[in-house]
Amino acid sequence: MASSAHTRPLSDIEIRVKALESLLVEKGLVDQAAVDALIDKYEHKVGPRNGAKVVARAWVDPEYKARLLAHGTEAIEELGFSGMQGEDMVVVENTADVHNVLVCTLCSCYPWPTLGLPPVWYKSAPYRSRVVIEPRGVLKEFGLELPEATEVRVWDSTSEVRYMVLPERPAGTEHLSEDELAALVTRDAMIGVTKVSK
Amino acid sequence: MNGVHDLGGSDGHGPINPEPNEPVFHEEWEKRVFGMFLPVAATGAFNLDEFRHAIERMGAPSYLNTSYYEHWLHAFETLLVEKGTLSAEELAARRAQIAQETH
Repeated sequence: MASSAHTRPLSDIEIRVKALESLLVEKGLVDQAAVDALIDKYEHKVGPRNGAKVVARAWVDPEYKARLLAHGTEAIEELGFSGMQGEDMVVVENTADVHNVLVCTLCSCYPWPTLGLPPVWYKSAPYRSRVVIEPRGVLKEFGLELPEATEVRVWDSTSEVRYMVLPERPAGTEHLSEDELAALVTRDAMIGVTKVSK
Repeated sequence: MNGVHDLGGSDGHGPINPEPNEPVFHEEWEKRVFGMFLPVAATGAFNLDEFRHAIERMGAPSYLNTSYYEHWLHAFETLLVEKGTLSAEELAARRAQIAQETH
C-alpha cells in the first residue's frame, strides 16, 4: 500500500472508491482477496511479454505463423494465453507493403491475454479520434514515418473481436534465439504504432 | 447510439503524448476500481453492456474531462444505485464518514 495514504487527507475520488468498496464488501458482493488477486494478475502476470512470445514463435515457426494468422484465438491458446477480452482474436501481419494499426474508437477494447491492460493514450480521446482519419500523422507522433507506398490499415476493435499486430521481424536477427527475439518485441509494435527494431 | 464516446474522426483533442514506461496503474484507487469490476459483475449486479452504456450516458464535459477509471467508478455508482443494490443516501453517508475518519 502507498505509505502516503496516512500522511495526507484522501482525495474526493479516493473517498468515493473506499465508500463503494466498503459497502460492497458489507453486502457480500465483493471479497477483497478476490479483488487483490485480480489486481496482482493484471499488474504482474498478464502483459505484453505474453504477446511477445506469440510474435517470436511466429517468426521462427512458419507453420505456427500460418495457424496464428488463420485462427488467432486457438494459436494463441497453444502458448497458454486465453481468457477474458481475448475470446475472439484476429492477428494481422505487418509486411513491407502493409502496415496495420489498432484502435478502439468507442472505448478501450484491447487483447488482454496477450497485451495486458491498455496504456492511457490508447484509451484517450486524441488517439481514438485521430488514428482513423489521419493514421500516418498519428504514427509520426510515435516516431514512425512510413513510405507513401505502404498501405495503412486501421482496425477498430469491438467488444467481441480483438486484434493484435504481428510486427515485421527486423533484418539482421537471423542468429537470435526465440527468447532473444521475444525480448525485442514491444507493446507498441503489437498495437502497430511502432516497428520492432534490433 | 451516437454520443461523445464515439470519438472516431472528431477534431480538436490535441496531441497523443504517450507516457514512457507507463505503469499498469497510476493510483491505488484505480486498482481497487479495476479489481472490483469482475467480482461485482459476476454476482449479476450488472453486465458488461450495461456498464459500458452507463459510461456512454455520461455528459460530454464529464466524459472528456475525467480519466478512464473515473468512468468506471461513475458506472459502478450509477448502475448500483439505479438497480437498488446501493442507495444514494448510504453512499453519501459512507463518504462523509470516511472523509471524517481520514481527515
